[in-house]
Parts: sequence; C-alpha cells; structure tokens
Amino acid sequence: MIINGVTIDATFAEAFPMKATRAIITAQNEKWAMISAQAMTGFATSVIACGCEAGIERVLDPSETPDGRPGVSIMIFAMGGKGLAKQLETRAGQCVLTSPTSALFAGIDGGTRIALGKNLRYFGDGFQVAKLIDGKRYWRIPVMDGEFLAEATTGQVEAIGGGNFLVLAESQPQALAACEAAIEEMRKIPNVIMPFPGGVVRSGSKVGSKYAALGASTNDAFCPTLKGMTKTDLSPEIESVMEIVIDGLTKEDIDKSMRVGIQAVCDLGAANGIKRISAGNYGGKLGPFHFHLQEIMA
Amino acid sequence: MSALTFTLKQRPDQRVDMSPLVCQKLAGLEFADIAAITLQNGKRKIRVDELFNVAGSDTQNIVIKNSFNKLDFIGKELDGGCITVEGDAGAYLGLGMKSGEIEVSGDVGLYAACEMKKGLLKVNGNAGDFLGAALPGNKMGMKGGTILVKGNVGERAGDHMRRGNILIEGNAGDYCGSRMTAGTIAVMGQTGRYLGFAMRRGTLLLWNQPQPTARFNDCGAHTLAFLPILFASFKKLNSKFADSSAAFNRVQRYAGDMSEMGRGEVLVKLG
Repeated sequence: MIINGVTIDATFAEAFPMKATRAIITAQNEKWAMISAQAMTGFATSVIACGCEAGIERVLDPSETPDGRPGVSIMIFAMGGKGLAKQLETRAGQCVLTSPTSALFAGIDGGTRIALGKNLRYFGDGFQVAKLIDGKRYWRIPVMDGEFLAEATTGQVEAIGGGNFLVLAESQPQALAACEAAIEEMRKIPNVIMPFPGGVVRSGSKVGSKYAALGASTNDAFCPTLKGMTKTDLSPEIESVMEIVIDGLTKEDIDKSMRVGIQAVCDLGAANGIKRISAGNYGGKLGPFHFHLQEIMA
Repeated sequence: MSALTFTLKQRPDQRVDMSPLVCQKLAGLEFADIAAITLQNGKRKIRVDELFNVAGSDTQNIVIKNSFNKLDFIGKELDGGCITVEGDAGAYLGLGMKSGEIEVSGDVGLYAACEMKKGLLKVNGNAGDFLGAALPGNKMGMKGGTILVKGNVGERAGDHMRRGNILIEGNAGDYCGSRMTAGTIAVMGQTGRYLGFAMRRGTLLLWNQPQPTARFNDCGAHTLAFLPILFASFKKLNSKFADSSAAFNRVQRYAGDMSEMGRGEVLVKLG
C-alpha cells in the first residue's frame, strides 16, 4: 500500500492488555491545571522503568469540569490494578495535592473503584471533611492555600497499551516534523494518550539484549547508523526513524488514533522526505492485540 | 395505570397510623385486599375503606387526598415508589425512609424524615420539630437522602444527623443542627438560638448571619471549591436552591461546636 508516495508496510503493531484510569485536574486557570497535569504525568513514558504510562488526554473547558473551573484530563496506564492504584495515589499526592489551587476529580464513573483522594485525606491530620454529593464522596483537605478538594475514588477499566507506528524518513528533521503533525491530530482523539516525550519516541526497543540483565535493548534493525553492520530493516535512503506509541481504552480508540496519525504523516508525503510507515511487533507471540497498518488505512 | 388514591372521607378524632400504606407493602395486593387493611386509629383498628375512598391501582404511585395533621407515619420505611400527600401530614412522615419520594403540599408534624436513609422528601409547607433527627434515645438521625422544606422548620432540625442534605427555604428554629455527626443543612432564612449545639462534624450553610455564639470560632472568609458542586447537585430540585443566582462559593467559616469535637462548620454567605 502506498499513500502519497509513503509505503505502508504489511505489518502490524502488537499491543498488550493494561489497566487504565482517568482523572480530571482543575485549577484557578488553565495554566495551573496544566502545570499540575504535567507534573502528575511526568516520568511516565514506559512501564519498563516508570511503573506506569501516563499522559494528558486533553484540556477541558470549564463547562466540562465538575467544579466549573478550567481543567485537564489525564490518563494513567499500568500492567496491573495494584500498580495502577499505587501510581495514581503517589502521583496525586505529590503532584496535584501540592499544586496551587488544584482540585482532583474522577474521570471514569464506572469500572472498579480505586482510591483517588480517599487516602490523601489523611494529610488533613483529622481536619479533613467528607462530603457526599449526588452519590460521590469528596474530601476537603485543608492546605495552606485554602482547601484541596479531591473525589474519593475514580474508575479503573481494562485498556490496551503499546499501539504504535514507525515513521521512516530521509532526515531527522523530516521525521520529527511528520511525528509532530501526527501528534497534533492524534491529540484530538479521546480515550488515548501518547506517553513519550511530546508523544514521540526515538529509542524504539526490541525484546532482549546481549547483556543478561537487560530485558530490552535498542531496535538495531531500525537504527540508521547500523545499516551496514546489522540485519537492517532500512533502505539506504532512510536516515531517521521515530515511533509514536499509543495507549487507549479500547482497540477502536487506538485504531482511530493510528489512522489519523498515519494520515497526517502521509499528508506530508514523499515530497517531505517521508518514505515508509512501519510498526513494532514481536511476531504476534506476546500481545493479543494486533493493529494491522494496511487494514487501519484501508 | 392511575395512581392509587386514598381520599379521606372525614377527619377522625384520633390519630391514624398510616404505616401499612407504603408502596412496597401494597405491591401485588388486590384492590379488595388493600381496602381491607386495618389501620390503628387511637386505641381501635379501622379498615382502610372505612376511612378513605380508594381508587386507582398503581401501588408505586400513592396519593393521599384531604390529608390532615393526625395522619402519622405516612411513608414509614418507604422503599421505592412515590407518595403524594395533598394537605398536611402528621408526625413521623417518612420515618426511616429507604428510597423513593414523598411530597407533601401542606405542613408536616414532628420527626418528619427522622432516621431517613435515602430518597427525597419534599415539603411545600412548614415542618415541625426534629426534622431529619433521631428518634428519642437513638444516636443516629438522618443517614442519607435529601429533605427539601419550602417553608419554615421547627426546633432541632437535623438532630444527630449523620449524612444527607436538609434544605430549608424558610427559617429554622432553635438548636438547628444540634448534635450533628455529619451531613449538610442549608437554611436560606433566619436561624434560631443555639445553632449547631453540640455539633461534632457536618456543615450548616446559611444565607444570613446567625446569632453570635461563643461555641464557634471564626476561621475567616474563604472561597470553597466544593460549594459549586453542592449547588450543582440541587439543580434537579424544583426549589429556590436550584436557582443559579442562589449559588455562592464565598463564605465566612466558623468551626465548632468547640465544647464538643469542634469539627463541624457554619458557613455563612458573603457578599
């Protein structure tokens, strides 16, 4: 398949089941809601070393937030429910509770309930106040700038992590420009996050390493500087490869996100140095969710 | 299916225990069975059809017409369904109510919605003493749900209240929120003496400055984030509380009762 001069490989992205949750952070203005959200989703690019994958889903209009203030919706993904709950709690405690004027609300009403402000309340040292409003419990925790309001729980749901595609370009600036265009479109799709810095990862990995202690190492088949010394997957004109990783609540969400992202890359086309779109997989043996590029773009 | 309607033929001299006439107890009964139910009337028993003209068949939608202030225990432990009272209601209206909705067009007597657990009680007139309170000797009053009173309420509203909302458009009598453990009482009108007496936790949300008391300490003026959420939850009510102009988030906060646990609060609207 070729779109606008860009070859779409007959391959698939391989993804895994994960647990996910969503929280809504509000603040006096969008600037401070975003600061808090960025802190909460920081150091959360990959479950390999961060314990979770997290990202900002979108900015919320005051009319969309529970307290009528500007807000940001964030999502956190982890391999298991316990790990997710722990990450949510520590991040909420250190990054939202501490952030001026912030408040924290559930972003998923259904699912398994996990603690959001439920345990943060103990920071109130006995001065915390519970309010049950319309069946939802909120904790009012006295803090130095006033009161931190946090909903007691949020929902944890089944989700999918590791949807991805690779952008193969003739130069590094062209690969990055294409990925930026893709991310801009993909951020408009709800229920997905792209957890890597700016949504783009330049260090895609393969399973295993020559070093016994490492479970993953650089994806040498896609490293352009190794074209002459490894079993490369790159043609001579490819000078740079970048990857976009997507975590989403459902397969459909990831499908949709990949479609708009790949389309944005293809819109730049061969004229802008974009040669191929590929994807990362492990031969289909590890992850039950397969995102076939050509099916998505059909 | 039309509402099951009990129209009072004439006012009995003695009080009537209406507790058998709740939706869940009447569900599945034939018309004749309902008519044959006996109600305690003073020291004697009286058949339903002796006291009321009975019409309709929807046991989940009960209407009591010509009601007056000696019909006690209306909607006792109501668990789903709807009861509409046209006129006044006696004591213990909605006692221990579990879910569902009760609306009274007139006034209600003592202990309305006491020990209520869930649901909605709407009183278009005034309510007597001990609204949403605990029965004498009990330690736990209203545990959930919402009470809306369009008129005034008597003394000890929310006594021993544990959870839920009591919304009063008019005035509240003395000892409003006494011995509260938690929950919210909102009063748009004036409050009486001894507001929040022996209150442990909970919120008294006031539109007017209460009488000063040494038992509450001033914590200053604050903008509280939970108030817009609380007011938003009132939007579905047909009440002044649902009016967006009634909402505010800037309050003077008083903590008390300091002679008790002191974790309760009186929030008074500012500006």
